[in-house]
Amino acid sequence: MYGKKVKLRILFISLLLVSVALSIYLILKSLEENVVYFLSPTEIRNLVEIENKKIRVGGMVKNNSIIIDSENVNFIITDFKNEINVNYSGPVPNLFEEGKGVVAEGFLKDQSFLIAEKILAKHDENYMPPEVAESLKDK
Amino acid sequence: MFKIFEPNKIFLINSKTSKYILFLFITVLTIGLVEALFLSPEDYIQSHSVRIMYVHVPSAWISLGIFSLIALLSIVSFIFKNKNFSIIAKSLAPSGFVFNIIALVTGSIWGKPTWGTWWAWDARITSMLILLLFYAMYILAWRIFDKNEKVIKITSVIAILGVINVPIIKFSVDWWSTLHQDSSVNILSESTIHSSMLVPLLLMTAAFSLFSLLIFLMKYNTELIKIKNKGLDRL
Repeated sequence: MYGKKVKLRILFISLLLVSVALSIYLILKSLEENVVYFLSPTEIRNLVEIENKKIRVGGMVKNNSIIIDSENVNFIITDFKNEINVNYSGPVPNLFEEGKGVVAEGFLKDQSFLIAEKILAKHDENYMPPEVAESLKDK
Repeated sequence: MFKIFEPNKIFLINSKTSKYILFLFITVLTIGLVEALFLSPEDYIQSHSVRIMYVHVPSAWISLGIFSLIALLSIVSFIFKNKNFSIIAKSLAPSGFVFNIIALVTGSIWGKPTWGTWWAWDARITSMLILLLFYAMYILAWRIFDKNEKVIKITSVIAILGVINVPIIKFSVDWWSTLHQDSSVNILSESTIHSSMLVPLLLMTAAFSLFSLLIFLMKYNTELIKIKNKGLDRL
């Protein structure tokens, strides 16, 4: 029912979309380690070697792990399988809290110790009024 | 099948409805702003900075939606050689572009108090920046190339290539670890945003959509007048 030209153009557009989508998929797949913003403690543990390169580690701040002395903030990032100790000196973001998400950027000393230069708070997708959060806690 | 999209028909609808849409937009925006700024509760972690969401999220949604629409219109226009579809797509671009900028800027303003940084090169934010570049390319292409056939082809191809980025933006937070949080409003699974916050969010989305429609109609009118002045064969 459509003319030959129309069919050719449909074919052209489909080929264009499929080929470009596939190439982008391959590019992103091969660049995966650069596309991810941070690594989890488990991924750090599985690293073959530690390069002297800036790295980001993300996960939850372990409960009761924040120790603040005069200059340093020490805490533990956990993904509930593995943990990594973080040492940091500097201001922390407002949402930095125990039991909440965090991303620390810095240099690895070994597979379980990170000297952080920057701390970012990662917050989750839950939004609710304080009263609701309070009542959820009580349950 | 595309009879309803004939330029002069839309022109007729357009001149009558603009003022109703304007009225509706102002009403919804007023209710939405009152809900978002005063009536909705503060967040249990973020407290009042959560209110930036009511501008940030609708802007991002609309810039994504408009780009998808532009790509869809471009595909149809490219296949069926319907120039009017290209003109509709062209008229949609400015509001999508502006909302994309608003999404990035408000995201930045929101990022500082919550994450502790203005900008992060994570997958969601970077792919959103790429969308902005595609918007810019699309709009520029319309201004640079003026040969009738050529400009339609080039802009269509830009829109069609750019739309591959849209699912990447949508799913970036699920596919990769990002600083940006996962989506809170889900159609298939349960939303993780409390209903008292969802209402202003949807109201603001409706208001911004109406605003985009209004800008679109103005832009489309201008395009049609341009065509009339130049003679009907020239788009």
